[in-house]
Parts: sequence; structure tokens; C-alpha cells
Amino acid sequence: MADVMTRLEPDTRAVARGLSDMTIRNLFIIPTIAFLIIFNVFPLLYSLWQSFTDFRASTTAPANWIGLANYRDLLGDEFIWRNFTITAKYVLISVSGQVVVGFGLAMLLNRAIPMKGLITTLLLLPMMLSMAVVGLFWKLLYDPSFGIINYFLGLGKFEWLADPQVALFAVAIVDIWMWSPFVMLLSLAGLSAVPKHLYEAAEIDRASSLYTFFRITLPLVAPILMIAIIFRTMEAFKTFDHAYILSSQPTTELIAIRLYKMAFLEWQTGMSSAFAYIVLIMVVAITNIYVKYLNRAKAR
Amino acid sequence: MARIELNNIEKFFGSVQVLKNVSLTIEDGEFVVMLGQSGCGKTTMLRAIAGLETVSSGTITIDGREVQDLKAADRDIAFVFQSFSLYPHMTVEENIAFPLRAVRSSKADRVAEVKEVAKFLGIERLLPRRPSALSGGDMQRVAIGRALVRRPQALLMDEPIGALDAKLREQMRAEIKRLHIARNSTSVYVTHDQVEAMSLADRIVVMHDGVLQQVGAPNEVYLHPANLFVAQFVGSPVMNIADVAVEGSGTDALLRVGRSEGFRVPTATVSHLNGSPAKLGIRPEAVLLSREPGEGFETETTNVEPLGSHDIVDVRVGDETLRARCDSGFARGDGEKVWVTLDPARAHFFDAQTGQSLRRTA
Repeated sequence: MADVMTRLEPDTRAVARGLSDMTIRNLFIIPTIAFLIIFNVFPLLYSLWQSFTDFRASTTAPANWIGLANYRDLLGDEFIWRNFTITAKYVLISVSGQVVVGFGLAMLLNRAIPMKGLITTLLLLPMMLSMAVVGLFWKLLYDPSFGIINYFLGLGKFEWLADPQVALFAVAIVDIWMWSPFVMLLSLAGLSAVPKHLYEAAEIDRASSLYTFFRITLPLVAPILMIAIIFRTMEAFKTFDHAYILSSQPTTELIAIRLYKMAFLEWQTGMSSAFAYIVLIMVVAITNIYVKYLNRAKAR
Repeated sequence: MARIELNNIEKFFGSVQVLKNVSLTIEDGEFVVMLGQSGCGKTTMLRAIAGLETVSSGTITIDGREVQDLKAADRDIAFVFQSFSLYPHMTVEENIAFPLRAVRSSKADRVAEVKEVAKFLGIERLLPRRPSALSGGDMQRVAIGRALVRRPQALLMDEPIGALDAKLREQMRAEIKRLHIARNSTSVYVTHDQVEAMSLADRIVVMHDGVLQQVGAPNEVYLHPANLFVAQFVGSPVMNIADVAVEGSGTDALLRVGRSEGFRVPTATVSHLNGSPAKLGIRPEAVLLSREPGEGFETETTNVEPLGSHDIVDVRVGDETLRARCDSGFARGDGEKVWVTLDPARAHFFDAQTGQSLRRTA
């Protein structure tokens, strides 16, 4: 390529292309790579190094290499395991809720109804809001004395966010409300891709609508539903904003909240880096299980 | 098996009427082929019998039971789709077993039935495969297997072999015929291919613009077309149609086609026309060409289509062109001198206005 460049007259190059390959490289590629290195690659490696030290960002004391001590302490800490259990429960409730609600809405919308476009857009609105804002106004909705939820359900002064048994569900409900539309959108794409003649064939074959749903619709939508589940699981694992705003119960302390406290309230920088790595490895592992299933579903 | 009756069926899509007062009886065990161009309403009619389409008015009965308001599942008919409509995520075996599983028949029954149908259709080795791994012909065999496995009252087929290539079509046509003879199931078959219709049908139903044009055995439809549409739709190559004027009286009349010299025919064959404006329809095999001077008059060839078993030769007759079926090698090219005449016994006449056949009442 270099000799092509030298053989061409500088002006013809400029006239022919507007921008030379060199200019494009300098203008777009180099800044992108530099940005990635500074903000992604370097922090990743730096935090990996930190996770093997006793570094605290709040002091000027130098970081000491302590090997795997952070990892050993974290994995041996029963409180951390409680955070993991809470998170697993939260992910399960929230993602399964989103799948049921989202897929149900998609089924309702996957037919000729008046004002379908408008209804779909309205249903997508929660997804477009800021998580922190959602957390703040749901806190008002859940409020025991003037919250509208208790008013409508006639629950008196029920403490949604203070009750240790219910708080996690309350947080998950907000997530379900916010992200079901996402599952709905993907499911709708999957549902509309099922050929209509398969339903006709099933009708001729005397299949009941329930049988048709479980034997035709669901298997054919499964791959795209799986993609929605992968996305939502990864996101649910890192839930922080609305959970942090809504409740300070120990029973709603998700790993992201624990991590935040460890890193920025307790200033255990080295330890929290190790924690973050453990979470990363877990999410990658879970995602891999899904991807394997997805590939199997797609192979059919 | 069942007898299907359609009475005064009408069907509208919005303001467009696709079925106009259709009445038809399909006898038990009969193979009826609905023949017509795309958009003539034949598929809509089939889907209405199946229950995949509602009718706007009229009744459909299967074995005396009115079914027009029943769902497809309650009519006990099977349907073979042009697109095969196999369930892509199931194996061939699961596809064929689907209608049995859907009504929760026992596993032992299911296995036995699927095996029997697969053997009958010669697709046993395909049972563990998925539809995506099958050829077009095999997919359609599986689709037919799925339709047959539950022993339906009637078998409806919507251009089942239309998506296959020519050679496979011919083979599948023979298989469908064999299957019908073996099972003797009431069958309704939709196609736009008149060769398919001729070779398969006990009776052909020719449709055009949502109206039944003619119902009859293949030979009857071919030899005695009820109107111009049927005459031109059935038969390949297409029947010659030309304006004709009948002149003269006595024993011989003169059929003047396209202002030519005219063909001399016995008056008895044209006496029923009464001199009203008419169109002549004559099949290529009834246009007789000869190299020797004889009856008719001399003209020249304008085009030759060699087809192997025979040739189709175009000749000029006045300002019209008639196509003739000749032995292969009869004419070598354009502009050859030949003598042309018509077989008056095989000439058809149609009313120039209505297009209805003008048949001798004798």
C-alpha cells in the first residue's frame, strides 16, 4: 500500500478520494483505539493488578502485592455469598417476570388490533426512562402513607420497601415494569416471523390453541427469546441504580451495591477489584450457558 | 370418506367478490380437480371447504352435516399446502405424528400409523430427518403423509406439486393418482396446470372470475368445451379461435375464416348456427395439412415448433393464423407451400357475443 501511495500524485489522491487512507486512519482509527486503550484496556489490566494488592485509593500508602489473598477472603466470606444469593434470586424473579409479561404482551400485540403502532410505542416508554428517575418515582408509588399502590390495592400502610421479605420483590417489580417492553419487542419480531401457514396446518391437524402454542409458537420463537433473556440476565446482574435508590435493606443488597459500598464507602480498592473480577467471570460463565443453548436452538 | 356439497357459495374480500354463487357436489371417493388461472377463486374455494376461510353466504355440507360455521379442526378434513407447511423444528416422524399427538392418541397407535403411512409413501428412511434436509419431492411426500395419517374424511390439496420441477411433478402426479386409487379418498385438488387436471381428475371443475365455467370428466371438458374460456384454457397447444362467416346453402356450406377462400363443409355441420355471428374453435389436431393438392386451399407455413413426438406448424389462413399438429418433420421451415383443410366433425362454434358454445342439438 505504501508504494501505491508514493506512486500517486498528492493532488490526484486528494481529488479522487477527498480523504486519503492515511487521513482516515489518523482521523478515525487512531482516536478510537487510543480511547479504547485508555478507558477500557488499561482499567481492565490495572484493576486486575489491583485485585492482587491491598491498595486503598483513599490513602497515599503504596500498594502491596498480596497475591490471591483478596480472592480467598471474598470467596470465604459468608456475607458476600449472601449478596450472591440475593442477586441470583433477584435475577430469577426479574428475568422470568419480564419474559412472562413481555412475551404475553407480544402475543396480544401480534394480531390485527386498532392503533397497534400507538399502543406499541406507549408500551415501550418505560424502557426509555432513566433508571434513577424510575427508582425515584417508584419510591413515591410504593410509599406506605401516600403511595398510590397501597391506595389501589387497599393495603393500608403496607411497607413495600422496608419489609425484608417483600423489598426484593418490590425492586424486581420495578425492573419488570421497566424492561418487559424490551422482551416484548424482541418476542414480537420472533412471533411475526413464524409463517402463518404453519398455524393453518396446525389448525387442520386439529391441534388446540394451547398445544399449538407449546409445540409450534414457543419452539420457533425460542432462539430470539433466548437473546432477550441473555441481555436481560446480564443487565439484571449489574442492577444498581433503582435498587440503590429504592431500598437500603440488607435483603436487597445486590452484588453491585455491595461492590459500590466496598469500593467507594469503605475504600477497599484492591478487594473490590477482586470482587468485580469474580462477578465478571460469573456473568461470562452464565452467558456462555445461554449461548450454547441458543446455538443448539438455532441449529434446528 | 365423504360426499361434499357446496350450495350457492359467495365470498367477498372487502368489496371484491371472489366466489359467485358456486354450487358443486363432490361424490364420495371422487377425485375432483379445480382448474383455473391465478386469482380465479379456486384456492379460496378449497380453503372455504377446509375452514381456513369463511364464506359470506351459502352452505357447505360434508356427509350431510353443515360445516360452514365450524372451525377447520372440527371438519375432519386434511389439507396439503403448496408451501408444504412442514413444522421446521420437528423431525419427519414428529411431523407425520403431529395430527395424532394433537388429539392425544396412544403412543403405540401413533408409532404403528406413522410407520404404515411412511411405508406406503416410501419415506421410511427419512423419518429421523428434519424437513430442511429434504428435497422438494420428499417434503411433499411428508406433507401428504401428515395429511393421510389420521384417515380424514376428505383430502384437499392446494397445488401440492406446483413448487416442484417438471420431472418431479410428473412423478409426483403419478404417485398422487396411485394413492387416490389405493385409498379411494374423496379428494379435491387445485391447480392451474391443465395437464395435471386432465391426468388426475375424475371430474374437472373449470373456474374463471369466481364462477364455475364447466364441470365434467376430462374428456368431456376437452371435447365439448362449454364456452370460449374453457376452450382456450384446456388443451395444449391452445385451441385455435377465429372469426368465421358461414356462406352458401345446399349440401355444402363455405366456412370463411379470416377472409380466406374458405373451407367447404357439409351444411349439416353448421346448420345450427343460423347465420348469427360466431367464432370458430378448432384444435390443432383438427387442422389438417397436406403436401398434395386436395381439399381446402393452398397456403404457406409461417412457423414450425418441433416438439419431438410431433410438430406444431402455423399456417396462414386469410389474415388469421391457425396452428396445426403434424407428424414431426412434416415442414422444415417458414414459407413452405401446403394444403390446409379442417375436420368439420371436430370444429366448435361459439357465440361471438356471449362466448357460449353453439352445439348441435341433433
